[in-house]
Amino acid sequence: MNNIKYLLLRRATQITLLFLYFCANAYGWHMLEGTFGASKLFGVIPLSDPYTTLQVLLSGFILGADVLLGALIITIFYMVVGGRAFCSWVCPINMVTDLAAWLRRKLRLDKEITNYRFVKRRARYWIMALGLIVSAVVGVAAFEMVSPITIMQRGIIFGFGAGISIVVAIFLFDLFGVKNGWCGHLCPLGATYSLIGQKSLIRVEHDHEACTGCMECKVVCPENQVLYMINKESIHVTDGECTNCGRCIDVCNDDALKFSIRSFVKKETSQSE
Amino acid sequence: MAKNSNNNRRKFMATTLQSVGLTAIGGLLWSGYSDEAKASPLVLRPPGALNETDFQKACIKCGLCAEACENRDSNKNKDGSKRPGTLKMAKGGDHMLIGTPYFVPTDVPCYMCDDIPCVPVCPSGALDISSVSDDKGELDINKARMGLAVVHKESCVAFWGLQCDACYRACPLLDEAITLEYQKNERTGKHAFLLPVVHSDVCTGCGLCEKACITEKPAIFVLPIEHSTGRAGSHYVKGWDEADQQRVGEAKEIHTKNERSEKAPADYLNSGGLDFE
Repeated sequence: MNNIKYLLLRRATQITLLFLYFCANAYGWHMLEGTFGASKLFGVIPLSDPYTTLQVLLSGFILGADVLLGALIITIFYMVVGGRAFCSWVCPINMVTDLAAWLRRKLRLDKEITNYRFVKRRARYWIMALGLIVSAVVGVAAFEMVSPITIMQRGIIFGFGAGISIVVAIFLFDLFGVKNGWCGHLCPLGATYSLIGQKSLIRVEHDHEACTGCMECKVVCPENQVLYMINKESIHVTDGECTNCGRCIDVCNDDALKFSIRSFVKKETSQSE
Repeated sequence: MAKNSNNNRRKFMATTLQSVGLTAIGGLLWSGYSDEAKASPLVLRPPGALNETDFQKACIKCGLCAEACENRDSNKNKDGSKRPGTLKMAKGGDHMLIGTPYFVPTDVPCYMCDDIPCVPVCPSGALDISSVSDDKGELDINKARMGLAVVHKESCVAFWGLQCDACYRACPLLDEAITLEYQKNERTGKHAFLLPVVHSDVCTGCGLCEKACITEKPAIFVLPIEHSTGRAGSHYVKGWDEADQQRVGEAKEIHTKNERSEKAPADYLNSGGLDFE
């Protein structure tokens, strides 16, 4: 059980949130209403997606105060606390891409030779900027027209229709195309949260002394470039691209990884000693 | 060392240029797709919706309006069974801007709830509460303009001389939005036509008439106002309408004057006709 603790916690969180969203429409519950674009928590607290909000503003519409306040709340939460946790703890596409990554390992498609790595991880930042530009040019929130995240979420709440095809496409792309292709290379929302969450407090901490260098963590990590310190240094994983999914902690047999609160002063004290 | 940094700079320049170029391709495709995919002119929006262009910008696709519509105690058929709410969220394959709310009157028309549950919940301002409020700031669903009903008189059986007033009876603004106009039926010589006439200053576009219409494909149907109305143009001024006449403002009468010809009328006619000098 210990090696799937965070996996189970994440699935429980994702499914609970989707369930609450579903019940808001199906049974009129007021726990969590709306979709990721804009939601109402307990019927009062507005929450909204900062990237969507930015797209709408750039398309030339001054949004209502509820959306702006909601975007501020979400931004502050992930900026201070969660980092990129939206991606691994909330987003429903994460379940699809995690399944693809798991199957990829099982089918032995995990090796470099079977990875069509024709896009770089930094492509997402270009796509993020592009989404904003296209929104301004066309006059409609551009990523929201194609976003598999909200298409899947609305599919669960209101019914899928042909929208299921983009979810299947993402799954196939991640399974047979680029490893961790969508979440780790293309998704502009992930890019947004990577930037927002760069300085967040909750971080994975590596203990170099305990590490035996088995590299299991790097195998399961969807953003394994952030684990450059493994078996080298005892520091926090501070890269904003880390999704705080905790898979590395789950698979580590040496207790060399754990969640902890990042310290901004640690380095200075060690230098002064 | 210098050569190495030069190489690095070149590589950086090249990859940056490449990224910009690839992004430009993506931008062209993405813009093209978005521009086509948002073109869905014949869609009916919830009450209070901004005009379609602004609505497409403003709607954040949260679905709060559709959820409010879905969870009404009044969503019941006459036999007491539950019926779905009016508003649907556009899915892939619906050929509408994905994730935006709309309704189809022949499925479920808008029942025009007095408390308009769908509008106040809109967080973005895509549904404008002031457009469905009266002067005192109280909600007034009769101010909604979701569309405008039009009658196709060739398929409307009332225009054949048969007696049908289904749309007239179904209209929530009875005898206001749709009135019956009486005309003599010259074919039989002794019957009357009872013709439905829609009044665009009252019709909210709720679609109850379309739902009630008895013909195989409704002869009365709601279209977005932009598509069911004409426009005379601002250069027409109704001189008999004082308010409209105001638009003319300070404009002065224009006098034109032609000089009287010096020639005698006979000379003029004898000189070869109509020579305009």
